[in-house]
Amino acid sequence: MPAPEHQPESATFSLVNARADIERAEGQLLGAMERMGYSEASRFALRLAVEEGLVNAFRHGHKDLPPQTPVAFAYTVTPAEVTLDIEDQGPGFKPAEVRDPTLEENLELPTGRGLLLIRAYMTSVEYNAKGNRVRMTYSRPSPTA
Amino acid sequence: MPPSGASRLRVKQTTSGVTQVEFIDRNILDEANIHQIGEEITGLVDSAPTPKLLISFANVDHLSSAALGTLITVNNRIKGRKGQLRLANIDPQIGEVFKITKLDRLFQIHDTTEGAMASFT
Repeated sequence: MPAPEHQPESATFSLVNARADIERAEGQLLGAMERMGYSEASRFALRLAVEEGLVNAFRHGHKDLPPQTPVAFAYTVTPAEVTLDIEDQGPGFKPAEVRDPTLEENLELPTGRGLLLIRAYMTSVEYNAKGNRVRMTYSRPSPTA
Repeated sequence: MPPSGASRLRVKQTTSGVTQVEFIDRNILDEANIHQIGEEITGLVDSAPTPKLLISFANVDHLSSAALGTLITVNNRIKGRKGQLRLANIDPQIGEVFKITKLDRLFQIHDTTEGAMASFT
């Protein structure tokens, strides 16, 4: 039987765009990761992904919705991987249509880098067909990585 | 975190005409804070005929893509006034964010304040 610190930890949240609530949820996730032995670099990656995912949900997904419309956020942390789910109540978007911010002609545009960072730091990123729910998975790097 | 309404920057004017800026927040993530930082830096840029600005990230642990966007806006504004912008003291993890986004090609990034200061023309 695995030691208690290796039991998966999960939580779900209904978040409005309030800094204290977002940081509380992030704090719980990062605490679970720390208990599971994830490195500081891994926790940096996950915090960035959560921030960018929630910003996308609130700023883009909910841009035409009342400010108090909540976003659903959930995480599961196991010794092998971390899974994040973020679902907004907006109309969704098509990830393939997001322009590449690293192209020379786009470098000086101030927006559009959140998705790039999520993809760079996460092991997999999947959207539902509507484009309003994202599942991000982060696999623990091997010790030799 | 500074009290609401307080400056989010430490600003130092050098005798060589360079304005040095440091962030007070360790995490530049909150949209309202990022907006305020943008306003404060824009004020500094607009107060100089040809601005020379050095932004130090010595205290910064995390930043978001929205913060990067504000830096790009500041850079565009400085370029528009024929000024110069340098970034310095960027933690390796945050440096990776600049590399992933290829913004290390857009900004002049230096390891140290001294190196950045020496690069102004």
